[in-house]
Amino acid sequence: MKKPMLILTLLATIVVFAQDDVKKDTLKTVNVQADKKGIKKSISGTLNTTLVTSKELLKAACCNLAESFETNPSIDVNFSDALTGTKQIKMLGLTSPYILFTEENIPSIRGASQAYGLSFTPGTWVHSIQINKGAGSVVNGYESISGQINTELIKPIKDIPFFLNAYGASDSRFELNTHFNHKISDYWATSLFVHGNTRILKNDMNSDNFLDSPLGKQVNIVNRWQFSNSDTGWVSFINLRYLNDEKQTGELDFDPNRDKFTNNSWGSEINSERFDFSSKVGYVFKDMPFQSIGFQNAISNHNQHSYFGLNQYNIKQQSYYSNLIFNSIINNTMHKFATGLNFTYDKYSEYVNLLDVSRIDNSLGAFFEYTYDDSDKFSYILGGRFDYHNRLGAFFTPRLHLKYNPWENSVLRLSIGRGKRAANIYAENQQLFASSRVFSVLDTNGKVYGLNPEIAWNYGVSFTQNFNLFGKSADVTVDLYRTDFQNQAVVDIMNSPQSVLFYNLKGKSYANSLQIDFNLEIIKHFNLRTAYKYYDISTDYISGTFQRPLQSKHRFFTNIEFATHIKDGGKQWKFDYTFNWLGKQQLPNTRTNPIADQFPEFSPSFVVMNVQVTKTFSSTFEMYLGGENIGNYRQGKAILGSENPFGTNFDTSIVYAPIFGQMYYAGLRFKIK
Amino acid sequence: MRIRNISTVRFLDAGHKKLFLILLLFLGTLFVSAQEKKNKNVKYEFEVRGNCEQCQKRIQKAAFTIVGVKSAVWDMESHTMTVIINEEKCVLLDVKKAIAKIGHDNDEVKASDEVYENLNNCCKYVRD
Repeated sequence: MKKPMLILTLLATIVVFAQDDVKKDTLKTVNVQADKKGIKKSISGTLNTTLVTSKELLKAACCNLAESFETNPSIDVNFSDALTGTKQIKMLGLTSPYILFTEENIPSIRGASQAYGLSFTPGTWVHSIQINKGAGSVVNGYESISGQINTELIKPIKDIPFFLNAYGASDSRFELNTHFNHKISDYWATSLFVHGNTRILKNDMNSDNFLDSPLGKQVNIVNRWQFSNSDTGWVSFINLRYLNDEKQTGELDFDPNRDKFTNNSWGSEINSERFDFSSKVGYVFKDMPFQSIGFQNAISNHNQHSYFGLNQYNIKQQSYYSNLIFNSIINNTMHKFATGLNFTYDKYSEYVNLLDVSRIDNSLGAFFEYTYDDSDKFSYILGGRFDYHNRLGAFFTPRLHLKYNPWENSVLRLSIGRGKRAANIYAENQQLFASSRVFSVLDTNGKVYGLNPEIAWNYGVSFTQNFNLFGKSADVTVDLYRTDFQNQAVVDIMNSPQSVLFYNLKGKSYANSLQIDFNLEIIKHFNLRTAYKYYDISTDYISGTFQRPLQSKHRFFTNIEFATHIKDGGKQWKFDYTFNWLGKQQLPNTRTNPIADQFPEFSPSFVVMNVQVTKTFSSTFEMYLGGENIGNYRQGKAILGSENPFGTNFDTSIVYAPIFGQMYYAGLRFKIK
Repeated sequence: MRIRNISTVRFLDAGHKKLFLILLLFLGTLFVSAQEKKNKNVKYEFEVRGNCEQCQKRIQKAAFTIVGVKSAVWDMESHTMTVIINEEKCVLLDVKKAIAKIGHDNDEVKASDEVYENLNNCCKYVRD
């Protein structure tokens, strides 16, 4: 075991990550222009990218990655499902499988980790998040359809020696984060992040005899090593990570030892264990800061054992990912390019009850991306990649992004791109196992569970204008995006409440979204952020054309932040308030159930509000107190057929609103600088 | 060095002397060309006067009009221009001239008053 690790480490150390340097430059430019904002949108960048800084992440509980988007209008955070307590996110109205997640530019939440992966990155580890709307760059792959989200973790070289965060909430969830950092030499630094969380009490606020959120515990440890020598141009990262996550849910009196796989009472356990190793080595050419070469490698082993009542679902994914990238210029930095190779290998051992759907997927691809920037008003990125995948075949992925500044403080962006992916229908829809629905795949000729790969084109237009309103800085943005599916692995819960059907799209499926943002700095340290969002997400199902279930057509978002001036020694108060209004949502078809086990066709509209107060005592110590869903809005009936969970009407998956009601939390952060 | 070489030549006969001279000339040319082999990535820093973001764009754009300029970054705070040029294709003075031509004084070349006066108001930096 030791030997291959050593060789890998050595291998990794042989080649930087060029992209990092290019990115660094871009970020620098942004920093100069913008005030210290939590969310930054650049006027100069070609892509429609929002940068979420660590400052923004302190505004909410942000226990993990899923929750770190709650103050951000570009991303919709769903309510945790009745069973697993995990939150899914959506972009342009499409769920996370259509978003490419990367961690430091290495694809992270995919395949087996799709359902719970967002809860596997603690919020305190995150340095910043880049959210890119639309097709995105070809460098990281062909899978992104509605967007790309890249998370940068805290860099060991810039880290502080010690950080402690403790958190406790009224739903009996507790978290502890400890970070240690050590600078070994001028060039080497290492960080150790240890995270633990647990939920210890059984809560049943809606008295349906089922837990509102699962009991759970998670241990999550990462050890990062960073090497950087600006004299020679060599840079390297090495990460080692271990995760163990256990959840138990179901009826209040369910005891796994006694009741597992029996009809005594309904219960579920979801246990995930994951090991990650990744390395990056980069080299910036001497005297040529615009030219670099990078080599990244990642190995992961993800193992999920779970059962949902009598349904068993086990998935193990062993992956290897490799990316070689070369960045340089043609004549001058107005013409940049990135080119390279990707290799991905995934070995899935997947069992749905007795059905063995194990498989091996691999793909090899080459990409080339050209960036033109007239260093004034106009820029574009033209990218293409060619991949060969054993299930998706040989295919080409083109992407184009354009930026133009028509007048001062304004930017117009256009994007178009193609995405293709193999839908992991069971892993991505595993919340449906916690129901009496029968799973059926209606097609048999395709190569992915009998289905064909999903193919979609995404088109986007975005316009931003910054201006002064009564002497205060303000900005308005209009984003219009359309995703057109040529093929889709349709997940049909509109046909019957007793089934979920998977089949290739026959007819049309599209997702249109409009987002209008208005932001204003009312007075210094007092900021208003508002957004209206309109979604039209329509799919032709066997039983007719419907809006995508559990998606509001209209949403309204407001965030208000206020901070006092920083006094001597760093003393400060910060207040944050978030308001979300969700319009009615199409609900899955339950018409054929007995009346007691039916939902209406549409959910009611409702409001969810969150608040947080932070008191900074000094630059090294602060405490925060917050409330989620303080209006205490709750979905009355969360689980259909809860009185007879082994009957035919049982369904825990129809969640359109919070189940738990109001929740309060408190926490502290302590640093040694 | 060369003097010593020539003195050795005296001991050779006329024919060999000619051959030797040609060889010497050839070697000499090689030596010179090797010494003057231009660097393709030379970094220079110099001061360029200017104020704002518009100036930054104008200055950088002007630098890029010169073939051989690979990278051009003007820092708004320090007024420092950092260029990386291919000296086989251009010399630094070309870059400075191009920048002065669009109105920005720099350490070697001054802009003409006329061009300076045509700059936007926010770009009219203080001249010496």
